[in-house]
Amino acid sequence: MNRRESLKAIGLTSLSAAMLLETDIGEAQTVPQKHTVPPVDEEGRQPFEIERDKKLHAEKFFTAHEMATIAVLADIIIPRDAKSGSASDAKVPDFIEFMVKDIPENKTPMRGGLKWLDIQCQSRYNKNFVECSHPQQIEMVTEIAYPQKAKPEMRQGVAFFNRMRDLTATGFFTSKIGLADIGYMGNAPGKWEGVPKDVLKQYGFDS
Amino acid sequence: MTDFQIKKTSVTYDAVIVGSGAGGGMAGFVLANAGLKVLMLEAGPFFDPAKDSLQLKFSWESPRRGAGTTRDFGDFDAAFGGWQLDGEPYTTKDRTQFDWFRSRMLGGRTNHWGRVSLRMGPKDFKGHDVDGLTDNWPISYDDVKPFYDKVDRMIGIYGTVENLENEPDGIYLPPPKPRLNELFIKKGAAKAGVTVIAGRGSVLTADLPGNKDRHACFYCGQCSRSCKIYGDFSASSCLVIPAMKTGNLKVITNAMVRQVTTGPDGLATGVSYISKNDLQEYQVNAKVVILGASACESARLLLNSKSAQHPGGLANSSGIVGKYLHDSTGASLSGFLPQLMDRKRYNEDGVGSVHIYSPWWLDNKKLDFPRGYHIEYGGGMHMPLYGSTNGIQNLNGMMPGKDGKMKEAGGFGAGLKDDYRRFYGTQVGMSGRGTAIAREDNYCGIDDNVVDKFGIPVLRFHYKWTDAEIKQAKHMQETFQSVMHEMGAVITSRIQGPETNYGLEAPGRIIHEVGTIRMGDDPKKSALNKYSQAHDCKNLFVVDAAPFVQQGDKNATWTILALSMRTSEYIIEQRKKLNI
Repeated sequence: MNRRESLKAIGLTSLSAAMLLETDIGEAQTVPQKHTVPPVDEEGRQPFEIERDKKLHAEKFFTAHEMATIAVLADIIIPRDAKSGSASDAKVPDFIEFMVKDIPENKTPMRGGLKWLDIQCQSRYNKNFVECSHPQQIEMVTEIAYPQKAKPEMRQGVAFFNRMRDLTATGFFTSKIGLADIGYMGNAPGKWEGVPKDVLKQYGFDS
Repeated sequence: MTDFQIKKTSVTYDAVIVGSGAGGGMAGFVLANAGLKVLMLEAGPFFDPAKDSLQLKFSWESPRRGAGTTRDFGDFDAAFGGWQLDGEPYTTKDRTQFDWFRSRMLGGRTNHWGRVSLRMGPKDFKGHDVDGLTDNWPISYDDVKPFYDKVDRMIGIYGTVENLENEPDGIYLPPPKPRLNELFIKKGAAKAGVTVIAGRGSVLTADLPGNKDRHACFYCGQCSRSCKIYGDFSASSCLVIPAMKTGNLKVITNAMVRQVTTGPDGLATGVSYISKNDLQEYQVNAKVVILGASACESARLLLNSKSAQHPGGLANSSGIVGKYLHDSTGASLSGFLPQLMDRKRYNEDGVGSVHIYSPWWLDNKKLDFPRGYHIEYGGGMHMPLYGSTNGIQNLNGMMPGKDGKMKEAGGFGAGLKDDYRRFYGTQVGMSGRGTAIAREDNYCGIDDNVVDKFGIPVLRFHYKWTDAEIKQAKHMQETFQSVMHEMGAVITSRIQGPETNYGLEAPGRIIHEVGTIRMGDDPKKSALNKYSQAHDCKNLFVVDAAPFVQQGDKNATWTILALSMRTSEYIIEQRKKLNI
């Protein structure tokens, strides 16, 4: 049974097609100023979950300035490269906006961390982080991106950046772009026949 | 004006079953197929995996990418419920801890469980004879074996015949082949002296003979989401929904049972419940009452069913109900295999249960703790979900880059992005699941001061681990480290020591809780006889994990199914003899 047949057998073809279409349109449109509310998936969800998701999507936590800072940081962490797009290509800032509302323990560390970053940049460069030149931004981020060699006075920045890096990586590698990038090939009905022969050979399990 | 009235019906069912999980589901299936008119009450909503499963959704189809915000085991997991339920609290005594996991839905916790399907062995039923601890069951492995066999054939299980003394073989479908990391585990475990055999799981790796409603597994590895093609065992898909098709089983969902009702003769007459749909009170009549609400919930029901004939709660003249609560021990360790960095990509989702496992392999005479544990293994190129890339700064400083040079841990940019790719699929984890000794002093009882939102008195838990369980966890950690070392893995999780009881999970966390309405031959020391029939009330039966006298290291579900089938057949016999 190939993937399409299997999906058809369990009645998922039209649904999946609709989802793919929806996402493709969503990615093609760029309406950065407007707060668009994504549709809430109701299939297999409990009523309280549907209500909760609707409420979270309708709320807005980060200011425009904070979102701009998140976008710059996210693309510094996961930039476009030869293989795939950047964090913001994968809509990571929107994901982070959702996650701080979904797990509110993120709110204060994220808001405070962004503020901490601006204060640092103001004292160093007389500018907020987003207004700094790219070399200045990289210089600043370098101070907080390496936990083991960061200066003691940078500790709060390190904690913030660890959180920001985790959220960015999750947002990117769980997106369609990210799943393709990391090479996840599952979630596709088929038959598991064990480790492929060439891989067994590579690791010496062929004898 | 108040409009309070208990809605009663004139219908008397042959049996009413409380709960629709493994125990209740099996009882409903057997009795409905035998022609009894059966009513099943489930506290949660209807759930049919064919329609309600979130199987085959990609991570990006969840706004939280699978995070466990509203579902403890992640956004796609098939448990409606969790460690805490809104408006349904439980409390603890003497600052002890017990975490109680409840799924409120048709099929209960069998919709999301790990499908690890192990039989208890001869020594598990009669462990007292081996080491003098706890109590023997009133039945032996040989009493249960025919029912394990029937469950294997009826539901389907994969595994291999191994002829191990206390790991009885079943009737098996072929097991899934090991994943790459599991081949490394097998090799490392062999060097460390740890037995590894094929997993035993209730997933259809081949068509189940004679069953047209269920289909063979298509290997998405998502059993925890429940299966749309019924390729694995859930009580909803494999027992309750088929039983409804007989026309003999009626299911009322969103029905939270308040108590078992009894007559002047002390026999059960039915149950009363509150409907979550209209918040009205209902009472239903039945000739036989069967509890399968889960070990703790069934104990709660009995303790809340006080009457003149049963002043200490129903079936509780022994005072034993709620006592001897025990959950499996659990501890784990995780790491990664450096030799798997930059590995070739292919689909290795496999099945959603264990491909391999380690049955208990040692002799306790040489150890400082009783009984034993088995090990379940994990890892591989799974779907990236919320948090699965977390903590790269703890990994990427440990290994040289592609240029052979060490990198500073953490970082950002193209180099970091590549690190995520390099480490993908290298993880390996192991978890021990061990026997906890049943103790009278570990119990749940009714909290005199607290009710839930339906006005039903709630459970209060008292549970402490002892030296026996802590030493077992210590042994697990030493074994895990040894296997990791032998397979060339790098350990990334914290090495747990005495300050954390060697990572021993809090009671309840393994969700194997059993023992609260134990069976036995002596009515002074047990609540049920060897058929799970109440000593004090002959038309009352318990079919969940509550009748367990003493667990083994084996996950409880396969034994719940076998014992529920045995009890159900006993009920049919007793009806024929006009005893009930």
